[in-house]
Amino acid sequence: MRMRDKKATTHSPLRRRLLKGFLALQAAVVLGNASIASAEEVNTTGLAVTEDTVKVGILHSITGTMAISETGSVQAEKLAIDQINAMGGVLGRQIEYIQEDGASDWPTFAEKSRKLLVNDKVAAVFGCWTSASRKAVLPVFEQYNGMLYYPTFYEGLEESPNVIYTGQEATQQILEGLDWASREKGAKTFYLLGSDYIWPRTSNKIARKHIENKLGAKVLGEEYYPLGHTQFNSVINKIKLRKPDVVFISVVGGSNVAFYKQLKAAGIDMTQEKPLFVTISVTEDEILGIGGENIDGIYASMKYFQSLPNDNNQAFVKAFKEKYGDDIVIGDVTQAAYLGPWLWKAAVEKAGSFDIDKVRAASPGIELTTAPEGYVRIHENHHLWSKTRIGKAHTDGQYEVVYESSDLIEPNPFPEGYQ
Amino acid sequence: MFADYSSSELVAIFAMQGFAGLSLFSIFVLMALGLAIIFGQMGVINMAHGEFMILGAYMTYLTSHVFESLMPGLYGAYFIVAMMVAFLAAGALGAFVEWALIRRLYHRPLDTLLATWGLSLILQQCYRSIFGAREVGVSLPDWLMGSVAITDMIEVPINGLFVMILTLLIAAGVYYLMYRSNWGGQVRAVVQNRPMAGAVGINTERVDRATFALGCGIAGVAGSAFTMIGSTGPTSGQLYIVDTFLVVVFGGAASLLGTIASAFTISQAQSTMEFFLSGSMAKVLTLLVVVGILMLRPQGLFSLKIRR
Repeated sequence: MRMRDKKATTHSPLRRRLLKGFLALQAAVVLGNASIASAEEVNTTGLAVTEDTVKVGILHSITGTMAISETGSVQAEKLAIDQINAMGGVLGRQIEYIQEDGASDWPTFAEKSRKLLVNDKVAAVFGCWTSASRKAVLPVFEQYNGMLYYPTFYEGLEESPNVIYTGQEATQQILEGLDWASREKGAKTFYLLGSDYIWPRTSNKIARKHIENKLGAKVLGEEYYPLGHTQFNSVINKIKLRKPDVVFISVVGGSNVAFYKQLKAAGIDMTQEKPLFVTISVTEDEILGIGGENIDGIYASMKYFQSLPNDNNQAFVKAFKEKYGDDIVIGDVTQAAYLGPWLWKAAVEKAGSFDIDKVRAASPGIELTTAPEGYVRIHENHHLWSKTRIGKAHTDGQYEVVYESSDLIEPNPFPEGYQ
Repeated sequence: MFADYSSSELVAIFAMQGFAGLSLFSIFVLMALGLAIIFGQMGVINMAHGEFMILGAYMTYLTSHVFESLMPGLYGAYFIVAMMVAFLAAGALGAFVEWALIRRLYHRPLDTLLATWGLSLILQQCYRSIFGAREVGVSLPDWLMGSVAITDMIEVPINGLFVMILTLLIAAGVYYLMYRSNWGGQVRAVVQNRPMAGAVGINTERVDRATFALGCGIAGVAGSAFTMIGSTGPTSGQLYIVDTFLVVVFGGAASLLGTIASAFTISQAQSTMEFFLSGSMAKVLTLLVVVGILMLRPQGLFSLKIRR
């Protein structure tokens, strides 16, 4: 994987001498592996950087409820770090990670992030998954000036100088999917269904405004079920009765499995597309638990699917399977987590320093042409410009990409007119 | 809110809602029966009940794989075998737990709460280490999939019917065991007066172990059946534990009939309200009603009239 910098890998004496001359002229320019600046130069704030190593943190739940979801992110981040190290590391330093377990408990996340920043003095943290855990660590990152790379698609309404959001915020993910359903499938009526917490509620608020104001269509119902709810027969009956064109779903966790199994059992054939089911919460990871035969025919609106045909993704999937086994699947968030270490490396090299303030200043405009999802770029607001895709689920548990936005979609965490 | 619909649609909807309510009722009974035996009869607050259920679910998952690779021709029958395996595995673990942990705590009922809660954490982590943190997908034999279309609008899910019949059989079996068999008499004697039961020659330790194992075994069967409608992951048991306790406590802990009556009340209330309100509000209202009734009748719907 190559970033923007042209790697200078030759080590001939002539080249060396030329480089040394060059250095004097433009000290700020990063020259990759060929020259290694001393630790004092690249680290003025006492981070855990030595002459040949740099420490970073990985902070996810590997125990508790959220372990189901966060395992993939941990794997992706470790893979990225391994690959970066194999290429020579960051500013000539090998990355060492310290992994902490947030244990699906938000105060534990805060505690562990304080440990990583204060005791371990890590140069960056890749972590968190739920919004609740991110909100819990946010004050810690802002107090001790750390840098968090957060991988999950989320509800937006946040823009911290100490976080880079590598997943999509709500408008990026949702609007394109609704437009597609309206344009390609002629959808006139929608039914919104979600788990009862902030992300589905914010997402549906945005969806409703868009459906009613921009698409001129109708919302027939909007419903929430408690997290972990396992009985969806009533809402399935309501869907049968109301006959919406589209059911727009943001149900999460174990509820997902129950919902799709019961949908199938109730005699609804999802491949008929009557109604059309569009989810923003089921990645390939979730399909493992749901079972491909129970979800065949639904659509998902996201930025990444494992089946994306581009070369970057082929290489990424291959490397992932080599490291973690052939049975592994890769979902949207896993890919976003994989971007974290690469974006951080690019920013550090652009800044020529590990200092958080310099990395932050260097971050906007950083682009990654090697991302599995294609090209991404960091926006001024610390979110990523990225494309949105629509995938259709098949019985083998994979999505087939049926639509891709033509342009990169601008991240807009505080969307006007959608609040 | 009914103005938009034709009368035939309304009939269909009420029929389907009625079935949804019955199906929820049988699920509640199935998950609560095991706990009703353990909590109601033995007074042990078993917080690990959900994990015993998930053990059953994982056994189903394993059995389905064994059948798939060794005898694909008999795949259609695997589910029945899986439920027996689930019963035996959960029952055996239950007997072991009783021997290792619970029997030391009969005099300190509140401590069983902490001990079994710890046990539930241990089991969750075991599942995570053995089966992985991700949920596993349990595929169903074809005959359990799909639905029977009675009219255009009314469709009855086959797995819902299956759960109902299973619940009926298990409830009948438990009733027979507890109230009609010699062994049930021993269990109830031990519950009501342990020293006297011992004095008349009942081996109370053995009765305790068998009772606990039976409760856990039924939890295993419930977990096995729930792979049809829910998720199978290390922490999926947590999804059921609150509803399970709710049903048992509301029904009156020591009464099996109470458990069934309470499951019926709660499931009907919930599914009716779910139709008119959003899912979260329905849950809130159901809980409010339960709390209200428990304030007026702390012993639950039914209670044993015995001299203490």
